[in-house]
Amino acid sequence: MGVKHHIADEFLMAYSAGILPEAFNVVVAAHVSLSDDSRARLGAYDTVGGAVLDTLEPAEMSGGALAATLARIKGSGPVDRNAQPRPAPSVLPAPVRDYVGGDLDAVAWRKIGGGVKQAILPTQDGARVRLLYIPSGMAMPDHSHGGTEMTLVLQGAYRDDDGEYHRGDIEVADEEVHHTPVAIGAQDCICLTASDARLRFTSMLPRLAQPFLRI
Amino acid sequence: MARIRDAQDETAFITLFEYYAPRVKGFLIKSGASEALAEECTQDVMTTIWQKAHQFDPSRASVSTWVFTIARNRKIDLLRRQRRPEPEDLPWGPEAEPDQADVVVLQQESERLTRAMANLPEKQRALVESAYFGNLSHSEIAAETGLPLGTIKSRIRLALERLRHEMR
Ligand SMILES: [Zn+2]
Ligand SMILES: [Zn+2]
Repeated sequence: MGVKHHIADEFLMAYSAGILPEAFNVVVAAHVSLSDDSRARLGAYDTVGGAVLDTLEPAEMSGGALAATLARIKGSGPVDRNAQPRPAPSVLPAPVRDYVGGDLDAVAWRKIGGGVKQAILPTQDGARVRLLYIPSGMAMPDHSHGGTEMTLVLQGAYRDDDGEYHRGDIEVADEEVHHTPVAIGAQDCICLTASDARLRFTSMLPRLAQPFLRI
Repeated sequence: MARIRDAQDETAFITLFEYYAPRVKGFLIKSGASEALAEECTQDVMTTIWQKAHQFDPSRASVSTWVFTIARNRKIDLLRRQRRPEPEDLPWGPEAEPDQADVVVLQQESERLTRAMANLPEKQRALVESAYFGNLSHSEIAAETGLPLGTIKSRIRLALERLRHEMR
């Protein structure tokens, strides 16, 4: 089944610009790993970034900059041009595996009651990103949205007021949303979720993005 | 760029350096780096371009786009002291030979987008730039709300359709 719930443009643009907190970057990178639609839109925003670079007023480099760079290139030895081996398909997309230090079996789960488990990934910036393991039929732990919350499904599925979310689907909730997601289906649900009480992102960027960058 | 990638051509690299290094430095300064830091970092970025040249895929990104992503990642690393999680590479990977027609069209679309950017009124271009420098504030955006930038939107849409095509 293909991904049905894609991330909104303002987050893709902010990810491309590099202005999101790291915790949200992890979720966006993981979602883009699973959604070709979001990957293509991200490509468009990276292209805007390239155009920004192209049209920017250049700064003057120091006199010895080129020589210094050429010396560094020569000093850095031959480049390994072999392609990276393709990773075997796994539940965790590559950017999440990087933070976990392995695949699902390397996750340091902590029980938080009712069969639900979580593992917080190490990121900077105050925002938190965690893996959640919710047995099928169980509700996600009680939580409120003081700011913005992103939830990406990696295994199984969940359902809330807005619909069903399967692998690769992403949901962004803000303080106005009150939902009680429940894990559904044959498999237990594994989600990646980031939240930041201070991040009122959805109210900030759409006004920039909408007039001219909406795709 | 192809000559750097395929033949590790130093002359081609010097040409690339002379065009991009001052822009990357300008980008880093506008993002909040000091002059000295931006200079040092620009050399890092240019070195990375040489080292990663074999990963450059002209059917998926123009040179400017590619340089931007490397400069952006260095900026995050440097100014925010964060790792940059990147999406998993596509399963068919960068080693497949890109279709020449795709390369040409992507190049043209990127150039058109750049021209559209260059032709924007100063105020509007500054708005797009500020998003990429991470300098957005509520008041700035509020003051600029509602500016119609139809050209850039349609250019991006064209680029997007191209990119979507690439993904099939
Ligand atoms: Zn919901
Ligand atoms: Zn929620």
